[in-house]
Amino acid sequence: MSPQAGSASAAAPSAAPVSLLRRLLARPLAVLALSWLGLVLVASLLAPWIAPYDPLDQDLLNMRQGPTLAHWLGTDALGRDLLSRLLYGGLPALTGIVEALVVAGLLGVGIGVTAGFYRGRYDRFIVQAVDLVMSLPAIVVLLSILSIFHNSMFAAMISVGLLGSAGIIRVVRSATLAVGSELYIEAARIAGLSDFAIITRHVIARIAGTIIVQLSLFAAVVVLIQTGISFLGLGVPPPAPSWGGMIFDAASVLNNDAFMLVPPGVTVALSVLAFALIGDGLRDGLAERWMQRGGAGVTTPNRASAPPPAPMLAPNPEAVLSLRGLVIHAQGRSQPLVDGLDFDLMAGETLGIVGESGSGKTLSVLSTIGLLPSGTVVSAGEMLVNGGRHDLSDPRRLQGLRGTVLGMIFQEPMAALDPCFTIGTHLTEVLRARGGLSRRAAKVRATELLREVKINDPEDVARRYPHQISGGMAQRVGIARALALRPKILIADEPTTALDVTVQAEILDLMRALATSNNMAMLLVTHDWGVVADICDRALVLYRGKLVETAPVAEIFSAPQHPYTAALLRANPHNAVPGAELPTVADVWQQQALIP
Amino acid sequence: MIRLIVHRLLVSIPLLLAVTLLTYVLDSFAPGDVAATLPQGQTSLKAYMALRHKLGLDQPVMQQYGHWLMRALHGDLGTSYFSGERVVNLLNQRIGVTLSVVAGVLIVCVSAGLLLGALSALRGGLVGRIIDVLSIAGLAFPSFWVALILIEIFAVKLEWLPAIGYTSFFASPRLWLMSLVLPVFAVALHSITSIAKQTRDSMGEIMGRDFIRALRASGLSETSVIWKHGLRNAALPVVTVIGLVMISALGSTVFVERIFVLPGLGSLAVEAATNSDIALLQGATLYFTLIVIAINLAVDVSYGWLNPKVRT
Repeated sequence: MSPQAGSASAAAPSAAPVSLLRRLLARPLAVLALSWLGLVLVASLLAPWIAPYDPLDQDLLNMRQGPTLAHWLGTDALGRDLLSRLLYGGLPALTGIVEALVVAGLLGVGIGVTAGFYRGRYDRFIVQAVDLVMSLPAIVVLLSILSIFHNSMFAAMISVGLLGSAGIIRVVRSATLAVGSELYIEAARIAGLSDFAIITRHVIARIAGTIIVQLSLFAAVVVLIQTGISFLGLGVPPPAPSWGGMIFDAASVLNNDAFMLVPPGVTVALSVLAFALIGDGLRDGLAERWMQRGGAGVTTPNRASAPPPAPMLAPNPEAVLSLRGLVIHAQGRSQPLVDGLDFDLMAGETLGIVGESGSGKTLSVLSTIGLLPSGTVVSAGEMLVNGGRHDLSDPRRLQGLRGTVLGMIFQEPMAALDPCFTIGTHLTEVLRARGGLSRRAAKVRATELLREVKINDPEDVARRYPHQISGGMAQRVGIARALALRPKILIADEPTTALDVTVQAEILDLMRALATSNNMAMLLVTHDWGVVADICDRALVLYRGKLVETAPVAEIFSAPQHPYTAALLRANPHNAVPGAELPTVADVWQQQALIP
Repeated sequence: MIRLIVHRLLVSIPLLLAVTLLTYVLDSFAPGDVAATLPQGQTSLKAYMALRHKLGLDQPVMQQYGHWLMRALHGDLGTSYFSGERVVNLLNQRIGVTLSVVAGVLIVCVSAGLLLGALSALRGGLVGRIIDVLSIAGLAFPSFWVALILIEIFAVKLEWLPAIGYTSFFASPRLWLMSLVLPVFAVALHSITSIAKQTRDSMGEIMGRDFIRALRASGLSETSVIWKHGLRNAALPVVTVIGLVMISALGSTVFVERIFVLPGLGSLAVEAATNSDIALLQGATLYFTLIVIAINLAVDVSYGWLNPKVRT
């Protein structure tokens, strides 16, 4: 009944109807739809003049004929010309649509706008009433109406308008609420404009586009209902031509002449489709107006033009993980996000990857488990880990490493947990699927893991859902999950950034302790020098996807070799002098560049 | 959870009252009244007035409605003006058929809708295009037209399934199932695509969430990530759409029962409307509204079941 009330963006900002029409005309499908409706309108109005036969004339010699020269669309069981009946049936259908649209439009806009404009108790009542009407089984209500007003398509269509107004009220009200909170409405009020003037000149003008979209989608529904009522023989009384009635006639001779279904069915379907397409086209037009032209001039990635890979360093035999020649591109950009990165992670070592936002540090570690965000691809890169050589540009091949060789924890601990499953399930499913444990053993092991990450009362926590635990606890759960399959390397992407300062220290302590006790190497992405100083053995500085410097932490802090590292260190908020302006990397970097 | 159910039931009371009152008041506006349409009644004014009094039509509308409501609460919906049978009996004989169709539609469109929607979210391409084409067809062609096409193909041409008629489950479960296939699909075509589209949208959104990446990183297989975690989360907004879709499918049963000559509530309501059998129509409206309430309740319960934030 409701014209897709939910899906239409309720608060869609409006455009002036004129420019909207222009946008609509730019769409070939919408133009086709408009032309079809125009054709139906003209043909229906001119039916008495252009129809080849009287719609009731029976040609008993040519019954149930397919299309012939005399009868272009054939004849029905009484030999009546189908084209003529189709043409004559157009007017009652269109009249019905107009009646329902007028009622739904007047009520929908009138009530919707005032409810959204005045709010308060009136608005709350309207919202309740709309909910009620929208859960009515519309067709059954129509049957009641039609049992009282026999064969009155007018009564039926007015009722369709009444029922359908609920959906329109809902959308118009939301749009009005959105517009009403804008400053210029307030300004108009202060300027002393009457409510009526504000509503008609400012509110309705603003949401006109939304209203037209809704009415157009509603019209599509009305065509179906009008056809349905005449199909049941409850609207236009039978001998008179109607589209629904023609489908009913076709049903009675289905065994002999199935073609009779085609003319009315296709006409109805095309008309419904036309209204729906126009509605969708208008809606897209509205949305387009508010979208800046983005993504223009995108070029496809061109591997051929990528720079030749740099000669690779030989992998370090003592490293647990060696990354060589990693290049990451955003799809369609030629400038790489990560450009030829090499590093080695030694056994038992904690390596910090440091850099500004956008330096490619997170992308680099995500590429090792083949989980780059969509839109970014590894163009080149090789990883030696666990005695195997892996091509990073084929992410599907890396799946086997996840969890067992490389465990990962994330920046937003809460967002990393599935809200629909308990903490316990998060752990047991990994243990069962990849660890091969039975249901019972997995449960026991999950509790152990939770205890290992210093969660008190692990049995209770295992039963809870993510929304029932704190951020710090969620990160402990994340660590427990990463440890579940006893990985050799723990990758942590800003594991403490989203947490309170006190919790940060606890989590870092926990990670350090677990790394030692499990003999894991750690790869830690961070922008926080404090974290580096606290936990890392060695640091690797990235700038715009390139390796700037790598050195033991003590050396980095005491004697940074590269000016960028020094600049990054000086921008560290931990060293800020109270009262003095904190230098940004750009400031320091520029100064450095000027002083050779 | 209990609170959720109680709330929904409380909200349903005004709906029931509004629907019944609406139909009752509408009927009072009817030009002429039931007593006048009775063909077998004596035509004298005295007899007419006596019948009016007997039917309680000489009382104010609200009072009549009050009486009707009190009787309805005791399970008495009056007698059919047309057949003279008790309305409750007529309705109870018919409701099983309609519920069979509705249940069939639910099963078909939820399983097919979720599957197709998820597939097109993950694969796009061909499945996505098939859904687009189907949804255009489902939207544009009336369900009764689709029903006729299905009859033409599967009953007339291929002779796989019966064209019309209904066999009770207790008479023959196999024939019962066969008599339901075409009606169910005629109604479900539209519903499948609505559900598939919503599933595609929410699946696309969910698969971009952080926890999906975290689940993959933890070593779970793609199958488990998609079909266990992805679909479960994507199902939440879909449940609401399923509710709306089922209410509109309930409306379509009216047409489809008519075409397939199924003795359900819908065809009964159309007969009642054709015969101006007001008492029967009021009863049918009440039953339809009860089914709507049941659907809404089922939606609330499954939403709560799927969403731990509501449940706990």
